[in-house]
Amino acid sequence: MMAIESDLVTADVVEVGEFPHIAQRYQVYAVPKVVFNESVSFDGNRPEAAFIGAIEAVTQKDEGDSTS
Amino acid sequence: MPIIPQEDQDYIRNLYEEKLVGKVTLRMYSQRETGLLVPGQECATCRDTRQLLEEVVALSDKLELEVHDFYSEREAAAAEGVTEIPAIVLEGENKGTVRFIGAPAGYEFATLIEDLVDVSRGTTELQLHSRETLASLTEPVHIKVFVTPT
Repeated sequence: MMAIESDLVTADVVEVGEFPHIAQRYQVYAVPKVVFNESVSFDGNRPEAAFIGAIEAVTQKDEGDSTS
Repeated sequence: MPIIPQEDQDYIRNLYEEKLVGKVTLRMYSQRETGLLVPGQECATCRDTRQLLEEVVALSDKLELEVHDFYSEREAAAAEGVTEIPAIVLEGENKGTVRFIGAPAGYEFATLIEDLVDVSRGTTELQLHSRETLASLTEPVHIKVFVTPT
């Protein structure tokens, strides 16, 4: 839904059972797992606000060019 | 033998009759179904995914399926960010990019069915604050949701 509202958002639903190398690369031990810009992630179903919070976190983090 | 049970087909057909607005193209990247398997290039779920999508697009004249060969159209696939198959790219009224990597089985089938409605309408039921935040983004955000079929 996020990707429908903004041309800057790409959303992939990835079935990791078929692609174990992806599961390994992203350290997926529980599903669903959600990763934002390779830097912020969370496990499990979260409310909409958590997604928006993560999006704000990654976009601000990129601006500050800091790492964590 | 259909993959989608008749009862579900009837439900989705009615849903789409009521909710779909604009046309949606489901662009699937797959491999040729020749029966010959090149080692390292076997796509275990491509055939079933293709059949599933054919059944889905048959439920509304607003839906169209394009099937591309990942191995002979690598540049097009790469341009869309497709690196694994099967992959499905949804194109309609959506502003951003919506993709499914791997077979949309189990719960993800429901997600696909619902996403097709949102992509067709170009709107979502997200809260106003969320939509405002998304509309004001100035840099790209790539969200990956990892799932398994359940």
